[in-house]
Amino acid sequence: MKEYYSKSRIVFQIFNYLFISALTLLCIIPIIHILAMSFSTSAYVDANLVTFWPKGFTLAAYRYVLANGQFWDSFLVTIKRLVLGVPFNLILVILAAYPLSKEDNIFKARKYYVWLYLFVMIFNAGLIPTYLLVQSLGLVDSIWSLVLPTGVNVFNVVLMMNFFRGIPREIEESALVDGARQDTILLRLYLPLAKPSIATITLFSFMYHWNSWMEGRIYMNNKANYPLQTYLQSVLESSDLSLLNSSNLDAILDKMAVSGQNLRAAQLFISILPVLIIYPYLQKYFTTGLVMGSVKG
Amino acid sequence: MNKKRLNSNTLMFHIMIWIPLLLIIVFNYYPMVSGFSIAFKDFKPGLGISGSDWVGLKHFRRIFATDESMRALRNTLIIACAKIAANLVVPVIIALLLNEIKVKWFKRTVQTLTYLPYFLSWVILASILTNILSPDGGLLNRLIEALGGESVYFLGSNSVFRETLVVSDVWKNFGYNTIVYLAALTGIDPTLYEAAAIDGAGRWKQTLHITLPGISMFIVLMTILSVGNVLNAGFDQVFNLYNVAVYESGDIIDTLVYRLGIQQQQYSFSTAVGLFKSLVSLILIAGSNYAADKFAGYKVF
Repeated sequence: MKEYYSKSRIVFQIFNYLFISALTLLCIIPIIHILAMSFSTSAYVDANLVTFWPKGFTLAAYRYVLANGQFWDSFLVTIKRLVLGVPFNLILVILAAYPLSKEDNIFKARKYYVWLYLFVMIFNAGLIPTYLLVQSLGLVDSIWSLVLPTGVNVFNVVLMMNFFRGIPREIEESALVDGARQDTILLRLYLPLAKPSIATITLFSFMYHWNSWMEGRIYMNNKANYPLQTYLQSVLESSDLSLLNSSNLDAILDKMAVSGQNLRAAQLFISILPVLIIYPYLQKYFTTGLVMGSVKG
Repeated sequence: MNKKRLNSNTLMFHIMIWIPLLLIIVFNYYPMVSGFSIAFKDFKPGLGISGSDWVGLKHFRRIFATDESMRALRNTLIIACAKIAANLVVPVIIALLLNEIKVKWFKRTVQTLTYLPYFLSWVILASILTNILSPDGGLLNRLIEALGGESVYFLGSNSVFRETLVVSDVWKNFGYNTIVYLAALTGIDPTLYEAAAIDGAGRWKQTLHITLPGISMFIVLMTILSVGNVLNAGFDQVFNLYNVAVYESGDIIDTLVYRLGIQQQQYSFSTAVGLFKSLVSLILIAGSNYAADKFAGYKVF
C-alpha cells in the first residue's frame, strides 16, 4: 500500500527527524566530550580547546589512573560489593516472592505478609535511625554495611512475584500430586522457568550496587573502604589532586600531560565502561522489567 | 491431597518468607520505631536512645520555626512539582514524535542512545554536568558565547539553579520514561486510524482525536501516582550538584536532613525532619492510590 504524502506532512517529517536526531545527540554529546578530554593533553583541556575529538592525543591520564592505588582500592571494594550483594539480593527476593505469589486460599497468612513487605516501600524510616543502627551493629567500615541494609528490595519482590504468578498453576499441582515438596518445586520447576526475570533482577541489582554512593559515604570512615562511586564523588568535590595517591606521581614520566580535568575524565570513562559493556542486556531486560512491573496481580 | 501435606507446604512458605522478613524487620522496621523515639527525645549518642530525655514535639515545632527548614520545604515542593510536570509532558511529546517515525533502524538507534543517561549514576552525571556547565570554558557556555550571549553560571546562581535541576533531570530520564508511552501507543487499535483517514482526518486530527484519548488513561494514572513524590525532589541529583551558593534555591528536605544529621550531628532534629517528610509522603501515597483505584480502576497494592 502506497501512502499519500502531503506537502505539510513532508515538512513535518523533515523537522521531526531533525529534532529527534538533535535530541539523541544531546544524550551522547556529553559522554563523547568526556571521552575526548580523557585522551587529550592537559594543556589543551585546561585551555578549553577540546570539544569532541582529542587534541594532543595521549594515554597519560589513563596510565595515571591505572597506577593510582586508591582508584583500584575502591574498584575492588565495588567488585566485592557486587559479588556479595547481587546473589544476596537475588536469593532473598526469590525467597520472599515465591510464597507471596501463592493464592490467598492456599497460603492463608499471605495477606498479612504482603502488607509487612509493602509498607516498607511507602514509609521510609529515614537516614539517621538507619545510620545509628548500622553504627550500633558495628558494621561501620565493613563491606556488609553496603550489602545488608539494602538486602531486600521490595520493588524487585513485586516484580518476581508477578512473574511467578504467570507460571501455570497446573505445573505446581502435578508436582504436588507426585509428592514434591515446595522447596523442590521452587528449585526444580519455578527457577528454571523464571530465568528471564532472574536476569532482569540480577541487572537491577547490579546497577544498584554499581551506581550507589550514599552508603559508602556515610558508613565508611576509612577512604580505602570507599566503593568506586563514592571515591569518584570525593574526587569531584576536591578540585585538586590531593586525594589522588601522590606517591607514584614522580614515577610517571609524562605527568605533565595530566591535570585534574583530563584525569577526572579518564576516571569517569573507566567507571562508565562496565555499564556500556552490559548495555545491550540492560536495555532489553530493563524494558521487560518495566512492562512486567506494571502488570499487577 | 491430605491435610498433613498441606500443612508442611504452608510451613515451608512461612520459613521462606521469614528469612528476608527478618532482615526487613532489623533494617526497616526497627529504625522506624527507634526513629519515632529519637524524634521525640533529645538524643545524645553517649546516653543511647533509652537514656535520652523525652522532649515531646520540640523538634517538630522547630521545623516550622526555622527558616532553613521552611526554605527546604518550599524548594522541595517547587523542584519536585516542576520535575513531575516536565517528566510527564516531555516523554509524552517525544513518544508521539517517535511514533511518527517509520524507519525502524532509526527509531531503534534513537531509543538505544537516549536511554544511556538513565543508567549512569548522578555522581557520574554531576561530574559531567559540572564540566559542561562550567562558567569558564564549559562546553555549553562556549556555545552561548559563540552565539553572542553571556556566559551563565548554571550551578552557582540562584536564578537558574532550579531550572538546571529540572532540565538535567528530564535529560537523564526522558529516554526511559518514553518507553511506557510508546508501549501504550502500540496498544491503540490501527483500524481507528484507517477509519479516521477514510473520513478525511489528517495526521494532526488523528493525533488529537485518536492517539491522545488512547493514552489519556496512562497519562492520568502517571499523574496521580506521581503525587506521592511531591516531597521527593531527588536527593542524589541535588546533593551532587549543589553548593553553598545555591542553598537559597536548591536546598531540599533530604539534603538538609543529611547536613543536619550526618555533618552537624543534630540527630533528633534531623530525624524529626525526615519523619515529617515520611509521614506526609505516606498520606499522599495512600491518597493517590485511592484516587488511582477510584478514577482509573488501577490497584497498585
